[in-house]
Amino acid sequence: MQKDRQRFLMRFGDPAFRSLTLAFTLLVLMMMGALVYVLIEGSWPALRIFGPAFVWTSGWNPVTEHFGAFVPLVGTLITSFIAMLIGVPFSFGLAFFLTEICPHPLRQPIAIAIELLAAVPSIIYGIWGLFVLAPLFQHDVEPFLIATLGNVPVIGMFFQGPPIGIGMLLAGIILGLMVLPFITAVMREVFVSVPAVLRESAYGLGATRWEVVWRVVLPYCRKGVVGGVMLGLGRALGETMAVTFVIGNAHHLSTSLLAPGTTISAALANEFTEADGVIYTASLVGLGLVLFVLTFFVLAIGKRMLLGSAKGGLA
Amino acid sequence: MAYGRICAIMERNNMFKSLGKLGRAGLFAATALVLSTAAQAGDISGAGATFPYPVYAKWAEAYKAETGVGMNYQSIGSGGGIKQIKAKTVDFGASDKPLTADELNEAGLMQFPMVMGAIVPVVNLPGIEPGQMKLTGKVLAEIYLGDIKKWNDPQIAALNKDLKLPDSAIAVVHRSDGSGTTFNFTYYLNAVDSDWSKVGVDSAVEWPTGLGGKGNEGVSALVGQTENSIGYVEYAYALQNKLTYSDMINKDGEVVAPSLESIQAAASNADWANAPGYYLILADQPGAKSWPMTAATFILFYKTQDKPEVGKEVLNFFGWAYDKGDKMAEDLVYVPMPDSVVDMVKKSWSEIKDTNGKPIL
Repeated sequence: MQKDRQRFLMRFGDPAFRSLTLAFTLLVLMMMGALVYVLIEGSWPALRIFGPAFVWTSGWNPVTEHFGAFVPLVGTLITSFIAMLIGVPFSFGLAFFLTEICPHPLRQPIAIAIELLAAVPSIIYGIWGLFVLAPLFQHDVEPFLIATLGNVPVIGMFFQGPPIGIGMLLAGIILGLMVLPFITAVMREVFVSVPAVLRESAYGLGATRWEVVWRVVLPYCRKGVVGGVMLGLGRALGETMAVTFVIGNAHHLSTSLLAPGTTISAALANEFTEADGVIYTASLVGLGLVLFVLTFFVLAIGKRMLLGSAKGGLA
Repeated sequence: MAYGRICAIMERNNMFKSLGKLGRAGLFAATALVLSTAAQAGDISGAGATFPYPVYAKWAEAYKAETGVGMNYQSIGSGGGIKQIKAKTVDFGASDKPLTADELNEAGLMQFPMVMGAIVPVVNLPGIEPGQMKLTGKVLAEIYLGDIKKWNDPQIAALNKDLKLPDSAIAVVHRSDGSGTTFNFTYYLNAVDSDWSKVGVDSAVEWPTGLGGKGNEGVSALVGQTENSIGYVEYAYALQNKLTYSDMINKDGEVVAPSLESIQAAASNADWANAPGYYLILADQPGAKSWPMTAATFILFYKTQDKPEVGKEVLNFFGWAYDKGDKMAEDLVYVPMPDSVVDMVKKSWSEIKDTNGKPIL
């Protein structure tokens, strides 16, 4: 009886399982294809008029129906860049502390607390940013930045204008806080996965904690670390609600990080429901297409860096 | 208060909104099913502007209790309302931005004004109370153009000699979404300042300066949060959020405060009789007591009704609202249409016919 069952499973179970998983894979690919089709089809009326210049044209005028993706595109890149500038070093430090320095009984509770941060809905970050951080920025942080960094040559131009609180800088900082738990969780996980023998050998050779992490742990799990950073970047690029709250939703380009701006996802969230006219709607779908392509390239470059580094790494 | 604002924002949040929309779409599909099986069981449906939603909902509730006929209104925004009535998925549409006579004729629609409200400038300046500040339309336009940059600008100071205005930059707040409010506001700025033509008049424009908030709630929250800011919202939102509104100097050069009385004054000066298709925007009306940024919200309705019984129910509902809904509207800070306009509108309903050319009323 038992044997029959086994034989039956070997005969039919395997192929059935194979086709089931294949079906899942194909479904994802089909969805992906359908998504691209819908984005191109939906944005076609705008792309036909504006052509590829849509990407590098600025101006967003619903009255004259002239639309360009440049301002939101740059806004997306700048806010994500600020987010990574904050998120990556902080996450690295946190993961470093949790795996190497922190007393053992505290490690698990702190790790869980950080992972809980990842579960906080983005709108909560947005509300917190608008009601708590924005007034703080307007009264204290931004006047200080304008008075100090604002006078430094070259980088001074990033810290100009009236302090409003809301703007690109605040959006970038909120995003940085939002991606932090993601990157930290992944980094901590991969740091822990490094075999104890490697670590202990290095300590045995007299390496300092920093040397152990920088020379042994990090090269060993570079793949995982880059993966974590990419996950964070993906979230920063596409984050909508929290950014919409604090970026100011203005289609303006300014060198000052304190000025209000917009991102692609924020523009879509703000304008899609009420956009009237074919070109306006199509331009918004076009923004979606630009974001899709941008995310695709960023992830592709990330993957590429990952493969390149894997060759040179210990793994 | 802050909690109220958070709730308002959360309601306006897209995620919630689209969820609500899904729910509404589901409800709509369900009603459609019920309707088709239960042989036109009487309920009427509409979609459009968010601004009059509270009063329409209140009317619908009272009307249902009185007559048993329900009214299902989807508050999806004026643009959405126009789209839906053109697609004939609803019995009537609603918009804060009136269609022109040409647009109406092309679509076979008629429109009539239902209630009115005021758009008010709101400011956040330490030490300044509601109604203390005075602005002219021209100064407002120059602030929104970015030409007046500071609160102690001589042009503002000249109007407010008794106020201590700070030497700080004005944080200009506008709507980030398309909106009938923005249409009426830009219409007014364009009427009073010739420089405004470079921005134009529409439900969404390319703002020369400032930051954007989503919905009346978003603008209220940004102005409430940001010191030295100025924004524009429907009057009810300024009251609910205890924002500092500014008085305006109207076309006759008189200082007026936003109130039911000043809105009514603006409306009574309006010449509805000579407005083809009731295309009339109540901005910058003459009259010593007229609030200059008054706006009406409109109902869109087909002149030829495929289903005359349903059309009749719709007109019965709005006729009832005109007759008995004034008190309910005023409780919610909306101004009912003057009787002369109501009579005119009701007279024009006799032009609504069924497919055989017979009047439906």
